[in-house]
Amino acid sequence: MRVFTAVIAIAVGLMVLFGYFFAQFTDIQTLLLNWAIILAGVASLVGIFNLIAVHTDKVRRAEKGSVYSALLVIALVATFVFGLILRPQHQVMQVLLNGIILPVEATLMGLLTVTLLYAAIRLLRRHADVMSIFFIITAVLIFLGSATLPFGDVPLFGTLIRPWVSQIWALGGARGILIGVALGTLVTGLRVLFGIDRPYGGK
Amino acid sequence: MTSLIALGILTLTAILLLVISLVTRNSNPRFREIPALTRLIRTLGLSVEDGKRLHISLGHGSLLDERGGSAFAGLAALRIISEKTSVSDMPSVASAGDPALGLLTQDTIQAGYQAAGVEELYVPTTSRVTGLTPFSYVAGAMHIASNENVSTNIMIGHFGAEAGLLADISDRDYVTLIGASDNLAGQSVLYASTQDALIGEELFATGAYLGAGTSHSASLTVQDILRWLIIITLLGGVVFKLFARAL
Repeated sequence: MRVFTAVIAIAVGLMVLFGYFFAQFTDIQTLLLNWAIILAGVASLVGIFNLIAVHTDKVRRAEKGSVYSALLVIALVATFVFGLILRPQHQVMQVLLNGIILPVEATLMGLLTVTLLYAAIRLLRRHADVMSIFFIITAVLIFLGSATLPFGDVPLFGTLIRPWVSQIWALGGARGILIGVALGTLVTGLRVLFGIDRPYGGK
Repeated sequence: MTSLIALGILTLTAILLLVISLVTRNSNPRFREIPALTRLIRTLGLSVEDGKRLHISLGHGSLLDERGGSAFAGLAALRIISEKTSVSDMPSVASAGDPALGLLTQDTIQAGYQAAGVEELYVPTTSRVTGLTPFSYVAGAMHIASNENVSTNIMIGHFGAEAGLLADISDRDYVTLIGASDNLAGQSVLYASTQDALIGEELFATGAYLGAGTSHSASLTVQDILRWLIIITLLGGVVFKLFARAL
């Protein structure tokens, strides 16, 4: 069974890859990618069932915070049922989305701002080294160059220093990091394609 | 022309990976020290001894786009971690923010238990999909980190700035955090919020440092070779442009 799954994965991976380079494989690549999208949709349902299973289990065992788990399951089932009956475009569903889901995400975003400010303040306690000092100086220079201040722009920061730091030093560093990430992604992808790494099929 | 270059790089990488894997299959690789990974290796042993669990967050990278690379690197690390911590009283918990990744997480943990010979100890609810958007995923992961007797949070995968929330909850609960992301915003947030963050391609070295096998250490050698080729090409381009301008 494991060999069978590996053969399917490798064959499909190679055909999709060849589709990027050879015109003869374009149609099969499109077909396989469409199948993958459908499977990803089905996986979403499986993921939701996993979420329900984990939280109902917590409620059943009366674990710490199980009230929140119960709330999650009720809200999830209610949204799912209402979504099926009313359709996502219905006014009630839009109210649910705009009145609950988006504000909750916005709140987390607001919380993140405070968290990041706190992390920046504590940075030198964690790493008292040259890299951290550069990190903070860069962040301060970018902020001074881009923030809207009550007394107007700080001379030279917005027009000269910020573009110099962000477009030359920071962009250069970012490209270096991204090249490293791209190489890692390429080699990891090839390991999966060759069946060396097989995070599927068990054993 | 671009696709020809891409095909050339791909073929070269594939050949290098296969050849180096074969040549180095019996050798003992030596790596430079990465503090975060040294801490991770130490944490694996300690978690079994002190009866606490590890929480491995694999991020919300989809397997259908370029973010899949970091997700697969996280799965490779998860495979080793689950095998090494399978005999613990408190099994490791893994969370994912993508449903397909969640399925592979289940399979990977189960494979780790099978490799350790204790498949009967595997609990399916130890791998979870905690949310389908970045913030809902992190909110679910935060709940695990603070309520399930976790000693270490290991974040390996695709995380954006929302990683700061998980880092903050770990800090408040005195939980060790080891973070790695393929996203620039995520990396900078993790650098500012954690003691040891993995920067750039260090994320992809996790498997090799944890002893995932020859192919993982060969991958590091291939990455080094390709990096030098890119450096030479960039420098060559600069020199060529200077001379072309002078002429």
